[in-house]
Amino acid sequence: MIEFIMTIWGWFYPEIQTILIIVFKIIIIVLPLMLAVAYLTFAERKIIGFMQMRIGPNRVGPRGWLQPIADTVKLMLKEIIFPAQSNKFLFILAPVLSLTPALAAWAVIPFSDTMILSDIDAGLLYILALTSLGVYGVLIAGWASNSKYAYLGAMRAAAQIISYEIAMGFALVGVLMASGSLNLGDIVDAQSGGLFHWFFIPLFPLFFIYFIAGVAETNRAPFDMAEGESEIVAGFHVEYSGMAFALFFLAEYANMILISALTSVMFLGGWQSPIAGFGDSIFWFFTKTSLFLLLFLWFRATFPRYRYDQIMRLGWKVFLPITIAWLFILGLAIYFKLPPWFA
Amino acid sequence: MLAEYLPILIFLTLGVGLSFVLLFVGLLLGPHKPDDAKNSPYECGFDEFGNSRMRFDVRYYLVAILFIIFDLEIAFMFPWAIVLDSIGTQGFVAMAIFLVLLTVGFAYEWKKGALEWD
Repeated sequence: MIEFIMTIWGWFYPEIQTILIIVFKIIIIVLPLMLAVAYLTFAERKIIGFMQMRIGPNRVGPRGWLQPIADTVKLMLKEIIFPAQSNKFLFILAPVLSLTPALAAWAVIPFSDTMILSDIDAGLLYILALTSLGVYGVLIAGWASNSKYAYLGAMRAAAQIISYEIAMGFALVGVLMASGSLNLGDIVDAQSGGLFHWFFIPLFPLFFIYFIAGVAETNRAPFDMAEGESEIVAGFHVEYSGMAFALFFLAEYANMILISALTSVMFLGGWQSPIAGFGDSIFWFFTKTSLFLLLFLWFRATFPRYRYDQIMRLGWKVFLPITIAWLFILGLAIYFKLPPWFA
Repeated sequence: MLAEYLPILIFLTLGVGLSFVLLFVGLLLGPHKPDDAKNSPYECGFDEFGNSRMRFDVRYYLVAILFIIFDLEIAFMFPWAIVLDSIGTQGFVAMAIFLVLLTVGFAYEWKKGALEWD
């Protein structure tokens, strides 16, 4: 059997073989990601349930474990409604534009020392570029729907996303200054030496701001103004149903996982264990990522929604000045080679 | 070196492909029974009134302009941050002056109330 497969494998041109191997690797990343998204929704309902003294979904399958599968099937079987006045082409393009960057950004994430799909030197620049693309999906969805709620929601969401992108970008500059490289693998290597060498200590304000801005970027509570159910129903995706809605949903949760993974790679040493050189592996990467995902859910259970002017004030008048000031301090620290991080 | 970018190209292609496949599955499996009420824009059950292509607050526009300035600034700082080790005092002071100038502009916007939402 194996020989047979190898024979067929030999028939392909080497170029085709390379591409097939890459496709296989991508599937290995995307399938678990989809599964993680599905079970993140389950975890969200369960964890928030327990935080509110409820038990959460427990009817489908043992203890509710098949709930995400049931949700997926339901979304697949629902009608995709095209509003009569919508711009059909843009209407269908918007969810695609949302989901694609949320998936493709995973190409440069270093899962461990050797597990990275594409070890490019401009990794962080690629991440910055792709995460910026998400706003197009939101804006186009709001515009194409030709509905007042969708339009208002898209305006709010777009302004909020680009505002927090500034703070995020400046936090990235801080990481670059500290590590001296755009390559995500090198950024993790620059933090080697155990817990106290991780960047979250010298870059603490940037670490904090990056994660909070990440919560705002993904339009999650308490910054879910754009889809505030109580006033504009669902915001930019109010006209979407069935699988078209599911794509936005997938994108939102894939982005949550992405932000968590990036935070752990850039500030918590990625795959490195807290004790120097002791069991560095993908296990730590997943542990740190899960920690931030838990925070996402915890925020949602704890904080009431921000008002829109408060969101904008936090982004422009609090986060932006702090990041600029901290970049200056960081520059001085690097200039004077402050030990142990910049020695 | 450029070969490292091939997986990214393939990933982007697959990402677009997967999205369209999912949409297609939805179209295939779901029913398709349009009617006038269902296809009208959602407005909490009322008949729609007015045009949804309405005017929007100029502050959204202002935020977008400010965003462009600061985002360019970030793109400008990326290469500087990487070579910070090797450009010495001169490079550091040059960026400090640039940041101070930017901060003056930012303070002006703040003072002028461009960041106020109420």
